[in-house]
Amino acid sequence: MAERVAITGVGQTKHDAKRPDVSIAGLCREAAIRALDDANVGWSDIDAVVIGKAPDMFEGVVMPELYLADALGATGKPMMRVHTAGSVGGSTALVAAGLVKAGVHKRVLTVAFEKQSESNAMWALSMRIPFQPALVAGAGGYFAPHIRSYIRRSNAPDHVGILVAVKDRLNALKNPYAHLHLTDISYEKVAESMMIWDPLRYLESCPSSDGACAMVLSSEDALTGDRPPAWFAGTAMRSEPTQFAGRDQVNPQAGKDCAADVYRQAGISDPRAEIDVAEIYVPFSWYEPMWMENLGFSAEGEGWKMTDSGATAIDGDMPINPSGGVLSSNPIGASGMLRYAEAAMQIREQAGEHQIDGVRTALGHAYGGGAQFYSMCILTKEKP
Amino acid sequence: MRDIAVVATAQSPAIRKEERRNEVEILMPVVHELRERAGLTQRDIGFTVSGSCDYLQGQAFAFVTALDAIGPWPPIDESHVEMDGAWALYEAWMRLQYGDIDTALVYSFGKSSPGDIRRILSLQLDPYYLSPLWPDPVAMAALQARALLESDGVSERDLAEVVARARRNAKDNPNAQLKGDVDVDALLKEPTYLSPLRKHDCPPITDGAAAVILAAGDRAREITDRPAWIRGIDHRIEPHSLGVRDLTDSPSTRKAGEHAGVANGKVDLAELHAPFSHQEIILKRALGLGDDVNVNPSGGALGSNPVMVAGMLRIIEAAQRIMDGQADRAVAHATSGPALQQNLVAVLEGDS
Repeated sequence: MAERVAITGVGQTKHDAKRPDVSIAGLCREAAIRALDDANVGWSDIDAVVIGKAPDMFEGVVMPELYLADALGATGKPMMRVHTAGSVGGSTALVAAGLVKAGVHKRVLTVAFEKQSESNAMWALSMRIPFQPALVAGAGGYFAPHIRSYIRRSNAPDHVGILVAVKDRLNALKNPYAHLHLTDISYEKVAESMMIWDPLRYLESCPSSDGACAMVLSSEDALTGDRPPAWFAGTAMRSEPTQFAGRDQVNPQAGKDCAADVYRQAGISDPRAEIDVAEIYVPFSWYEPMWMENLGFSAEGEGWKMTDSGATAIDGDMPINPSGGVLSSNPIGASGMLRYAEAAMQIREQAGEHQIDGVRTALGHAYGGGAQFYSMCILTKEKP
Repeated sequence: MRDIAVVATAQSPAIRKEERRNEVEILMPVVHELRERAGLTQRDIGFTVSGSCDYLQGQAFAFVTALDAIGPWPPIDESHVEMDGAWALYEAWMRLQYGDIDTALVYSFGKSSPGDIRRILSLQLDPYYLSPLWPDPVAMAALQARALLESDGVSERDLAEVVARARRNAKDNPNAQLKGDVDVDALLKEPTYLSPLRKHDCPPITDGAAAVILAAGDRAREITDRPAWIRGIDHRIEPHSLGVRDLTDSPSTRKAGEHAGVANGKVDLAELHAPFSHQEIILKRALGLGDDVNVNPSGGALGSNPVMVAGMLRIIEAAQRIMDGQADRAVAHATSGPALQQNLVAVLEGDS
């Protein structure tokens, strides 16, 4: 009953702290046109448009799909707008894929963006009373206690976070679209950067970026383009409450369930052995080892050893975020879709300098809210 | 396509200013009543999806807390659209097509009373060329009404008649906010608010929430004797700038109606999401509905207009009348954006 879905085009903007050269629509079009070109289709070949972004308050435009309808060629077509917090870029791609999977449409354009320079994302992310006690500032302030809890539980050495920060910034130097190109990045430089949310230093945190990502998704009988597509072999979303007594915020059940679901769909029993590369949502350094455990790449308490041993490096046995990841570019609403797009680029051998050889299976991962919303996909070279 | 039906609905009473309860507290009894009505617990539900707008609460990620009303533990397969709940329902309908699950829960909520809804919705506009001028939805609807009155054969009396019927119909709707017998001549003696609209041509400010359960095939028949089958559902968007649209028409509604199959049979009733009286006339024409169709038996959005919920309420009101055996075939419509920019149409049928 469910139709097969393939990614036939990907596009992204150059991400930067400020993109004053483009409007919000211009930013989205930059990514969308690249995705259409990659798929070798035009606006009229698209049946529907699905956009996603994080809170409307980041740009001060309520439900911006209304304003973006013209710029994204959606007039006369169905257009949807997804918002699932930080996981939204992934969820948006999954809703778009769902329209093809459900047999509703043949070809869907999906676009995710954030133009964070329009506002101050940190304060937009600081919940006010009565939504939350006034204890934390920004996402880093929220997640730092969870990270401290991880370190305590796993006895991970202090330097693991620094290793992730250095690795992802070195990877970003191979990615021309990445926001941060820190050519002088080093262990010492990260270690000496200001401690802002203990144990997170300034350089262990993601930047605030302007950027967009787009993908063309096609049914099996509507494939286009010169490159072979990346196929969705598994898609899943899971959510759990922000807080309740007994919730494991370090290793959340919703993440484990979501991973188990995509692995089951894709027939994966040993993720570390069967997945060739993973683009996962690591906005703060320590989330790499934490997600290694949550995603089943390592046993609980052992995730930091993967980082420490170099397994997650671009030349390691389980490369994580060869694009430089969220630590190098973070247009929040687009960050999840960028993970999927980068995973697709690895499958389609279009990742340039950060290409891993022989990728046949890739994981795309996004999370959001208080580490409570998950959106994941398994992409494969072979038709599932 | 799999056969998908509305099998249970629930809604809060429409209230002008709900000061005792926040969004989660409004939503919680609605969701519990809904699940009880369907005889399902959250564990029995395959997919959950909601529609809401952060700006109404004035807090980024406001929808996150609303999830607490559902009780999402163990973790659930869940999504959210920053759109009216009607589009969340569309996503649920899509998700059920995969074939791996048979039930979905859809909810939406909105409190318009705490903020200045007209000012908030001004921020829906092009941020470079339109929003800085602060045209609000009432002003843009007034432009549309003026265009309609100056086009062909629509008079201010026609608008007043829409209002009088909406108020009369709402008398039978225990959840409606504005109801009663009003005289068309008396309405026409009221002063204009934003010319040519009078206050009664505009929707009230409403706080509220609603929820629906969808189910597929045999599962739907297990849950209820008479499911309201979604025979067609489609939505379309128009250009954003009012200047490039014919405001007296709704081509996106017409196209959505064609794709949903409105004309494939006799329509007993239609629930049209027309927050402004003149929009009902535009929508009725666009959908090709004759005078024999019972339009907005609930009283429609002129009777109560919880923003982000009011579109989904049209599907609920139409589906509930099919489930109750009052109608065999109904059309439901939802709108979003200034002057009917985006429109969704669903065709619902009972088993014959």
